[in-house]
Amino acid sequence: MTKIESYGNKPTRDGFGLGLVELGEKDERIVVIGADVSGSVKTSYFQDRFPERFISVGVAEQNATTVAVGLALSGKVPFFSSYSAFAAFRNADQIRVSICYNEANVKIGGGHSGLTVGPDGATHQSLEEVAFLRTLPNMTLICPADFEQAKKATIAIGEMVGPAYLRFGRPSVPMFTKPEDEFIIGKADLLREGTDVSIVANGIMVWEALKAAEALKEKHNINAEVINCHTIKPIDEEALVNSAKKCGAMVTAEEHQVHGGLSGAVAEVLVKNYPIPMEFVGVKDTFGGSGEPFELTELFGLTWKEIYASALFAIDRKKNGTSSIRKVKDVAIYTDGI
Amino acid sequence: MSLEINFSAKVFENRKRKYNEYDEIALTIRQDIIKSLVLAKSGHPGGPLGITDVMSVLFFGSVMKYDPSNSDWSERDRFVLSAGHMAPVQYSTLARAGYFPTEELKTLRKYGSRLQGHPGLDMHLPGIETSSGSLGQGVSIAVGMAMSDWIIDKNDRKVFCITGDGELQEGASWEAAMAAGSHRLSNFCWIVDNNDCQIDGRVTDILSVYPLKEKFEAFNFDVIEIDGHNYQQIQAAFDKFEENHKNNGLPTCIIAKTFMGKGVSFMNDEYKWHGNPPNEEQAETALSELI
Ligand SMILES: Cc1ncc(C[n+]2csc(CCOP(=O)(O)OP(=O)(O)O)c2C)c(N)n1
Repeated sequence: MTKIESYGNKPTRDGFGLGLVELGEKDERIVVIGADVSGSVKTSYFQDRFPERFISVGVAEQNATTVAVGLALSGKVPFFSSYSAFAAFRNADQIRVSICYNEANVKIGGGHSGLTVGPDGATHQSLEEVAFLRTLPNMTLICPADFEQAKKATIAIGEMVGPAYLRFGRPSVPMFTKPEDEFIIGKADLLREGTDVSIVANGIMVWEALKAAEALKEKHNINAEVINCHTIKPIDEEALVNSAKKCGAMVTAEEHQVHGGLSGAVAEVLVKNYPIPMEFVGVKDTFGGSGEPFELTELFGLTWKEIYASALFAIDRKKNGTSSIRKVKDVAIYTDGI
Repeated sequence: MSLEINFSAKVFENRKRKYNEYDEIALTIRQDIIKSLVLAKSGHPGGPLGITDVMSVLFFGSVMKYDPSNSDWSERDRFVLSAGHMAPVQYSTLARAGYFPTEELKTLRKYGSRLQGHPGLDMHLPGIETSSGSLGQGVSIAVGMAMSDWIIDKNDRKVFCITGDGELQEGASWEAAMAAGSHRLSNFCWIVDNNDCQIDGRVTDILSVYPLKEKFEAFNFDVIEIDGHNYQQIQAAFDKFEENHKNNGLPTCIIAKTFMGKGVSFMNDEYKWHGNPPNEEQAETALSELI
């Protein structure tokens, strides 16, 4: 199996911004709502190209959300984007009732997601929105792994009909999906085949999962399967159940609380179809804090090391069963001297 | 870093002052803002530099009642920075009041620091009354504090709150205004940092919040418009609030007309300085002006 290589770094927010411009070229119903952070979430690219289709509503995320609904109910395809901390929570009621219940064709770009927004600290580090958004009927929820995928996902949600939320981040992160790779909403990407343990990740944790799989092979001759589960809703049940059957142990990894996010979405599928030992890598039921983005991912346990340790632990549980009671937030600790 | 950054240990008393006495305080705070931000390599200089003169009078002109050695003092007046991104000015002010060592200003935005990018109550920094950073929430928390003092406990404590003007675009701000006005919270003083700047541009262009005076008056506030860099006017506005409080009058809204980045020529009135820290060279230039 050929090793997946990175060919540089770019932020996923740039993928979102450029994807929006491409969409705007193709479809003049695309309208963008600005909430004073357009430079940060890169809707400024669209604003520069199509100033007449960019509407600023100020720092007012609730209004931005419902204004978008009004535009959608008038035949437009509105995108509203702010930081996930304010684009999923401040406006939660508006998303639930006015977007999802109306099944309004509104798209939300949730930027600066997760710990990697860095020094701004806990108030700005959204680590819970996946848990909320994935329970909403009619919602499509996507967390792309890199720049290219963010761009394709942006275009894909603009072309589908119905509510959608795209979760992306601030810093430059490795690019490894290729421009020619296919992106289909709801279809997980099998990045690496394996038989011993399956690692299901999204966002920045996909790259970490690939690194963990390499290390598992090198150190323990373990064949780990890696799945990029970019779409959290609708989730790819078939891919998950097939991988569970093949590997018999699974690890999820995400830049989100271990409660209720990708972990929960995957666990629901497996418990219902094919229960196997599962481990969750994510933030362990705490708020974030100020720090440099990749200092924080180390300190909060969001790296390939925790995935690696969790994979070994899941394989051990597959072989020897589970002896002690552990909390959902207990993540296996990396002890190898690599 | 070649530029050497040190924080003097100087602290200032909270007492009645002559207007020319504020210069040194404001200068020290502005230096602190530049220094802590160049070390942090991220953060917001513009708003903090603009509101420094108001903060100087509020904390060091015997306007607020507080005890830095006993930050939980049950009779203290409370201050809420609703515009949490302006934290650097609050951190400097608290340090210069003696709440914590000025050396700690070096740790702004670093991992484990009590000086989080936006104030975090979880870090237990003395003088911080609430977490803030999600715009429009702090002011509502401040109104709740004022209700606790005025309606429930019927004591004579006061609550001061600073919001940005961009922050007024949040609907929640006006829900707070309606509550304060409707409940006639005489003990509540809302200061609007009216620099007409926000992240993406001028408030006038992004989404106008004007007219402000008439809006707050319609919400039952006594509104005082001042030049936010004129100590005499700042002091007079706080005196008026004191009078409103004593006479069970209306809640007070001070609209402080300020310049973003005040004190540093190349930042002055430039919205681009809302959220970008100075690099070393810029910090050096800025500090050379702040003397
Ligand atoms: C609810 C919420 N939405 C968006 C942001 C991001 N944000 C931080 S400061 C700011 C602009 C605020 O403008 P203003 O209140 O005028 O402050 P100033 O630019 O004068 O510092 C924005 C949009 C936030 N912190 N909270």
